[in-house]
Amino acid sequence: MDWQDDAIVLAVRPLGEGGAVVELLTRAHGRHAGLVRGARSKNNRGVAQPGNRVSAAWRARLADQLGQLSLELTTAHAARAMEDPGRLAALSAACALCHAVLPDRQPHGAAFEALDALLGALAGDSWPSVYVHFELALLRDLGFGLDLSACAATGDTRDLAYVSPKTGRAVSAAVGAAYRDKLLALPAFLTQGGEGDAAQIRDGLALTGFFLERHVRPHLPPARDRLAGRFGG
Amino acid sequence: MAGPQIERLIQLLARLPGLGPRSARRAALYLLERREALLEPLAAALNDAALHIKACPICGNFDTHVPCAICSDPKRPRTRLCVVADVASLWAIERADCHAGGYHVLGGVLSALDGIGPGDLNLDSLVARVGAGGIDEVILATPATVEGQTTAHYIADRLHGTGVMVSVLAHGVPVGGELDYLDDGTIGAALRARRPL
Repeated sequence: MDWQDDAIVLAVRPLGEGGAVVELLTRAHGRHAGLVRGARSKNNRGVAQPGNRVSAAWRARLADQLGQLSLELTTAHAARAMEDPGRLAALSAACALCHAVLPDRQPHGAAFEALDALLGALAGDSWPSVYVHFELALLRDLGFGLDLSACAATGDTRDLAYVSPKTGRAVSAAVGAAYRDKLLALPAFLTQGGEGDAAQIRDGLALTGFFLERHVRPHLPPARDRLAGRFGG
Repeated sequence: MAGPQIERLIQLLARLPGLGPRSARRAALYLLERREALLEPLAAALNDAALHIKACPICGNFDTHVPCAICSDPKRPRTRLCVVADVASLWAIERADCHAGGYHVLGGVLSALDGIGPGDLNLDSLVARVGAGGIDEVILATPATVEGQTTAHYIADRLHGTGVMVSVLAHGVPVGGELDYLDDGTIGAALRARRPL
């Protein structure tokens, strides 16, 4: 059994003196772990870092074995993000979230693309907005996508300001005003495009966090909480 | 083949880093064949270490004295504190002989995978040491990994507003390193941290 695929390192667990069990999110093979011999050697320790984009080759005698991975670094996202606390928090949160919520060895191409887009966006300034879009894409890929295209009550596509916690559908400002205490805030950048400010990012993270905790995982990883904390969440 | 005492010795040796059951068996045999020269002195040294070596209540270093030799050294300035993940890192910096101040051992780094949160590290004692005053600079010498740097940023946030300068180790080309053999991330970090000559 063997395959080659594009992948992003999600987690690294040391094994023995120099090896590690590395967990990847691959484009075609989903979340997949394997043993990397020499992962912590002088030449390779920079490769097996969460967030790094790699070219991975997996090989095992049987499909259900852990198998061996060989990794070749494609983009060193981890090293680029390390200097900035916000970017590093986003990288850690995204990898921890994928590690926690994606099933093992089931293809989730959309989640891979969303994570890849987020890691690419860490080089720019719009990464907070891209992060919220990443979590929305993750929810969608897991089957719990939110419908933010039109108001659930009127069908109106303009002035959407809330999301129903029961249905995950958008609600317009006029209809939702009376129920605002029971509805989740919908930041404008999720419907109108562009970038959100810190308050909108906080609302966006609260929105995706609510549905992730309700449908996918009751308690989100601490790294995700620390990211939300940076925006006052 | 071997008695229960020998099996127990092999099992315990096999739990040491770098030793598996096979190498532990070889090590046990080696010790038993050198009873007077190695086995008995080693047993005495291990017993002595278990009785007398303690973690320093101030910095977390291991020493026979409480506080440890570093914390009680009057020649070392107390104004500069180096924060490290573990005692191995402390010893590495001491071997380099380039830091004359004090230390603070965290006892690990934040790790979502292993469930290590801020409450599992010696962070409150660090904040208390800084809050007690007398420290001008905190040097964050955590590993250059995602988890290590996440820990460094978390500590920097916790120390924000204390008035203490917080610095972090530089990342870049190691001494003797050739650029051709370095990973892209290290070269990028070295380029971004370049300084005028």
